[in-house]
Amino acid sequence: MVQNYVRTKMSPDMAPPATETGIIGWVMKNLLSSWLSVVLTVFGAYVIYLIVPGVVEFAIVNAIWVGKDGLDCRSIADGGRVQDGQAIGACWPYVQAYFSQFIYGRYPLEERWRVDIAMFVGVVSLIPLLIPTIPYKRENAIFLLGVYPFLVTILLTGGNIGIGNGAWGFLAILMVLGVGFVVFQAKTTQSIQISSGLKIVAAIGVAIAIVYLALGFDYGMLDVETPLWGGLLVTLVVAITGIVASFPIGIILALGRRSEMPVARLVSVIFIEFWRGVPLITVLFMSSVMLPLFLPEGVQFDKLLRVLIGVTLFSAAYMAETVRGGLQAISRGQYEGAMALGLSFWQMMGLIILPQALKLVIPGIVNAFIGLFKDTTLVLIVGLFDLLGQVQASFTDPVWSSPATSHTGYLFAAMVFWVFCFGMSRYSIFMENLLHRGHKR
Amino acid sequence: MSSDISDKADDSSKVSIWNDPKARGIFFQVILVAVIAYLVWALVDNTIRNLEARKIASGFGFLDTTASFGINQVLINYTEASSYGAVFIVGLLNTLLVAGVGILFATIIGFSVGIMRLSKNWVVAKIATVYIEVLRNIPLLLQIFFWYFAVLRAVPDKRSKASLFDTFNINVTGIWMPKPLPQDGFNIVVIAVLIGIVLAFIVKKWAKKRQAATGQQFPVIWASLGLIVGLPFVIYLISGSPLEWAYPEFRETGSRLRMGFQLGTGLQIIPEFLALLFALSLYTATFIAEIVRAGILAVSYGQTEAASALGIKNSHTLRLIIIPQAMRVIIPPLTSQYLNLTKNSSLAVAIAYPDLVSVFAGTVLNQTGQAVEIIMMTMGVYLTISIVTSIFMNWYNATMALVER
Repeated sequence: MVQNYVRTKMSPDMAPPATETGIIGWVMKNLLSSWLSVVLTVFGAYVIYLIVPGVVEFAIVNAIWVGKDGLDCRSIADGGRVQDGQAIGACWPYVQAYFSQFIYGRYPLEERWRVDIAMFVGVVSLIPLLIPTIPYKRENAIFLLGVYPFLVTILLTGGNIGIGNGAWGFLAILMVLGVGFVVFQAKTTQSIQISSGLKIVAAIGVAIAIVYLALGFDYGMLDVETPLWGGLLVTLVVAITGIVASFPIGIILALGRRSEMPVARLVSVIFIEFWRGVPLITVLFMSSVMLPLFLPEGVQFDKLLRVLIGVTLFSAAYMAETVRGGLQAISRGQYEGAMALGLSFWQMMGLIILPQALKLVIPGIVNAFIGLFKDTTLVLIVGLFDLLGQVQASFTDPVWSSPATSHTGYLFAAMVFWVFCFGMSRYSIFMENLLHRGHKR
Repeated sequence: MSSDISDKADDSSKVSIWNDPKARGIFFQVILVAVIAYLVWALVDNTIRNLEARKIASGFGFLDTTASFGINQVLINYTEASSYGAVFIVGLLNTLLVAGVGILFATIIGFSVGIMRLSKNWVVAKIATVYIEVLRNIPLLLQIFFWYFAVLRAVPDKRSKASLFDTFNINVTGIWMPKPLPQDGFNIVVIAVLIGIVLAFIVKKWAKKRQAATGQQFPVIWASLGLIVGLPFVIYLISGSPLEWAYPEFRETGSRLRMGFQLGTGLQIIPEFLALLFALSLYTATFIAEIVRAGILAVSYGQTEAASALGIKNSHTLRLIIIPQAMRVIIPPLTSQYLNLTKNSSLAVAIAYPDLVSVFAGTVLNQTGQAVEIIMMTMGVYLTISIVTSIFMNWYNATMALVER
């Protein structure tokens, strides 16, 4: 008799083979999946072995953490205090001793609170702007882009900046042109536009007057000349001014490049392609040796201001291309819709196109800022002391001279730049994901 | 009735001149031209006045003046008696040299790292990621300084050396190696190389034709290698090795100042060149790696699946299916990285590698003071390079664009 066996319950699942799960499975899959993979793993392990232990030993294990001068980072045979035969790693006391110089440069000690306030206000007003969920973005941006730069200028320089007569003449011409424009419009068109035009002119006039008064007012603060500025302060001033000031210029250039007016388009294209075609270092050379030749006699800019002008024009060209990318991404229907509503060019741009386009290019702007932030190191070639320049300059100090000083200094500077740039690039990726949520497949 | 309508139409087309877009456009453009003309005039006028006040000569006559300074790396005949014009050429060639070699290395490293980052092997992918994220976020100038002041100063001093096979030597003054000295008859070898290249092309074409006709493959790579390297080598041996090597002279005795490698003997690669080359290629390679990765990811996975469904080998899938399609995405940003590398080579001035900016916009500018001409010439060189590149890019994009119906 044949006994039939019919199963009434599912048999229990067998555990997957040991080579498929857990650590072993992971290793088999990711490290040893084929002969080539095994070779690559061994090779990779060797590369790690070559680099990581050396760096860790230098920066941590053999590093010298306390000391009062360079002798603490030298071996006895070399005239220092470290036991002979003991490996010498990074000389961290040197960074500690120079830390404030790396941040403020030669900014006077008793005035450094001004830099602190400027940095603090900047960080406090920037953070809510960067977090997408926090409201009042508009007000925040107006403060950061419109008020904060002047606040910082006053704080860092000490205010009491008189604008020369030439500049006054220029302002007067601007005002006359503006009033003439309004009057001309009043004669030809309806009254509604008069008042709005007048409002804008009046607002610009009031703003200029306020800025002039604020910059020129004597706050009784010590006047700190820009040659005393240095370190991270200069790095931040150059990078932030470069990006903020290039923003409006870049938008105008991007609009010009897409304009239907041939002259405007040609001028924008030439401007953009010129600055994008030359290296920043030649721009800095130009601003330090040629700009003084371009100015009328008697007008002089200090070195930092000249560099700022060069950097701004340079980054404006890149900004223009970034913004243009955003403008191109806006569909034709948005333009047509705005025109169908009877909006003027500036209304269309200001209310419909730019708000969408600029939002799209936030990651691009952050990337431009990262590039500019790294490029600020170039100012040391024309004699300004940014963070890297300050580090480089500190190597000449005989007090802290030791075999490890320069390595330590570069390591420190690299870490500071890396933290800033890496943080910003992560933010840029975060924003990109946020903005593309709707379009991503 | 009809006249009434046409009247109205006439009225509506008669907008006030202020609201006519055409008139407005012309008005604004006239203003723009006037402002720019004024600015240019003011700049030129100010510059002329300032130059007169500072007693600086103008014009390009200075290019014929004797330079009277030495340069430590020259690719053409240059002595201190040469002119500023010769300095310009020397600087330009040095820029092109470091940019060219840098582009070669950056491409090799960048493609390797980009593919490594996509590797299924975890260790390799992580190494590539860390390399990219670390070096990309550190300023190039800092990396140049690191290589120049920290790494290349840690080698043996001027009066000693470290050697590899007694042929390649390194110390603070750079890498020293034998210099090839072509003798009479070496031309035949050069011609053999050229013939080899031509033959390789013919073989490739023939192999393609044969594969299309019969399906049989031919080892084109090995054949080409044999033709381009093997053939000249055989001819070199047959013609009696018409190449001699000038070894660098290293003095260990004698006066202390004269010890070490003797300038002008052997082939010296100056440390400035090495530092700039390392920094430029390693830094730019990170960007190239990201471009390559993005390009490969842009090729849809269906292509890989289709290839394996057809039973094509993995290596062939990558080489014949993925890479050709990825190149379409890769090449435009890649060219702009090449351009960036060329422009970044101007950072040479920070470590005094004698490139265009360093010797011409640096030393010559300081000696003559003719800032306008010199800066304009320097910028002109870089502008020309980038315009030529962008013309090439437009041509390339036009030829590579997907042909769509």
